[in-house]
Amino acid sequence: MERSDKPKAERGLMRWVDDRFPATQMLREHLTQYYAPRNFNFWYFFGSLALLVLVNQILTGVWLTMTYTPTAEEAFASVETIMRDVEWGWLIRYLHTTGASAFFVVIYLHMFRGLLYGSYKAPRELVWVFGMALYLALMAEAFMGYLLPWGQMSYWGAQVITSLFSAIPAIGPGLAEWIRGDYLVTGITLNRFFALHVVALPIVILALVVLHIVALHEVGSNNPDGIDIKARRDADGKPLDGIPFHPYYTLKDLVGVAVFLFVFCVVVFYFPEGGGYFIEQPNFEPANPLQTPDHIAPVWYFTPFYAILRGVTFSLFGLEAKFLGVVAMGFAIAVLFVLPWLDRSPVRSMRYKGWMSRVMLGLFVVCFTTLGVLGVLPSTETRTVIAQICTLGYFAYFLLMPFYTRLEPTRPLPERVTD
Amino acid sequence: MAEDGVNRGRRRFLVAATTMVGAAGAAAVAVPFLSAWKPSAEARAAGAPVKADISKLEPGQRMVVEWRGRPVWILDRSAEMIRRTEALGEDRLADAASSNPQQPDYVSGPLRSIRPEIGVFVGICTHLGCSPVFRPEPSAEGVGVDDWPGGFFCPCHGSRFDLAGRVFRNVPAPLNLEVPPYHFESDSVIVVGLGEGEEVG
Repeated sequence: MERSDKPKAERGLMRWVDDRFPATQMLREHLTQYYAPRNFNFWYFFGSLALLVLVNQILTGVWLTMTYTPTAEEAFASVETIMRDVEWGWLIRYLHTTGASAFFVVIYLHMFRGLLYGSYKAPRELVWVFGMALYLALMAEAFMGYLLPWGQMSYWGAQVITSLFSAIPAIGPGLAEWIRGDYLVTGITLNRFFALHVVALPIVILALVVLHIVALHEVGSNNPDGIDIKARRDADGKPLDGIPFHPYYTLKDLVGVAVFLFVFCVVVFYFPEGGGYFIEQPNFEPANPLQTPDHIAPVWYFTPFYAILRGVTFSLFGLEAKFLGVVAMGFAIAVLFVLPWLDRSPVRSMRYKGWMSRVMLGLFVVCFTTLGVLGVLPSTETRTVIAQICTLGYFAYFLLMPFYTRLEPTRPLPERVTD
Repeated sequence: MAEDGVNRGRRRFLVAATTMVGAAGAAAVAVPFLSAWKPSAEARAAGAPVKADISKLEPGQRMVVEWRGRPVWILDRSAEMIRRTEALGEDRLADAASSNPQQPDYVSGPLRSIRPEIGVFVGICTHLGCSPVFRPEPSAEGVGVDDWPGGFFCPCHGSRFDLAGRVFRNVPAPLNLEVPPYHFESDSVIVVGLGEGEEVG
């Protein structure tokens, strides 16, 4: 028998398994002997909640595909069949549609936590980068999923967004046609988005979740003080300020799950359309390529980027405004990926950063929220100017970060985590 | 295994050669997968250019052909209609010079056409996609203005376009009517959906 110092069960079935698969080892590494800082607060609920929503989306999604038909002729009617004729079909569909919005609520709060406590800073750059890739994959997943009910907003939203690609000089029109598989959005596009939505992107998302968590568990969780708990250990080598993830944080997260599910169910049962923000009104009409709705707005979680896109109303360097808008929108998402290398502060957490970082984070939150609101509304001249100012604020937060994080005085870090 | 006697140069060459051949293979395999996303033969056939015989079209008349599921108007404008259309300017039209990209670049001038008399437009209102009605005569009633130069009137929300498809000011439609790509195959045959010298696909 080969010598191994892997942790194994003493005897019994578990020992039999451990000799063939590192079950006990994995349980310890990721749960019972994964030491997380003891000072996690409210903001640390959203990672596990994102996992919960992902499970909800996969489970309800699989059930929806059992009745849904991805063709231009039958898609809309099959969704109505789910809503009216399938036993409990309405609940499964509302869990899925509300879950999509809940996913973004949870993810945005999760990302804000990262900004607040510097969870993206060394050595957690890859945790952040994998997280941003997840966010991007999630946006693609949500966008393609929104086409599937084949309502008016599904159709025209997809038409507008795929048209964005045609703004790219030279290759644009061909690229848009390639994405749609036709000269405009048709049943071909629908079938293609269905395949990507239910097969390809879920696999990508699950793989990225694994990478995100493996990278996190390799370096250990950050905490609201942003100090390294591994620096101080007891005689056994356990971090003095660490507690095992299980049972301490599994139980704490269960409380978060209970509160979350309460709010989630209130929406599912009483406001499933989310006031027209989760399911937009025009989507109760079947897609009609000959009739554009009065006002096309993306679902709320895309609106900040949509407002940036629309905010660019001027041509520059001989490039069209429409193309520059697409570039600005792409850049707004791309800049998130390099955040770990923009922050030059010696400390991680906002608790010990200086006033400039606080002001800039506040400005960023205000700008992002304002852009989100503007993206829902029809554009007017005043709103365009506000969107332009907020776009500047959005980019200032990132592009000035190397300067203000280096210039500002920081406060001294504590030896141990604070309560 | 012992590393003695290993020919490092040969090993590096083999690794590099295998990688390159593998990469070329991967690129070749990507071709069918990427090409499968292009419009299929069926989609291309459904979106193929349409031909129309305009020899029987008299000045002042309009015919309608269908292209990619949308009505396309082919209009033979009389000298009088051309005169009335050319007389319109920025004061009444929202985009008299056609600066918005609603037409191919070989279509120019106030008449937005290749031949002055033949106008080709997608007959879908740029407001909400209704199909405007043909009101070519200045005496037309119910178009909402007194000095009507002839053109198209959308009954849904009252948008007005001139005989070159240019949108008037103060109507809901934001843009001129779209001009599809087209060319003349002969004096009497027009091809809608394909510009001169362009190829299908």
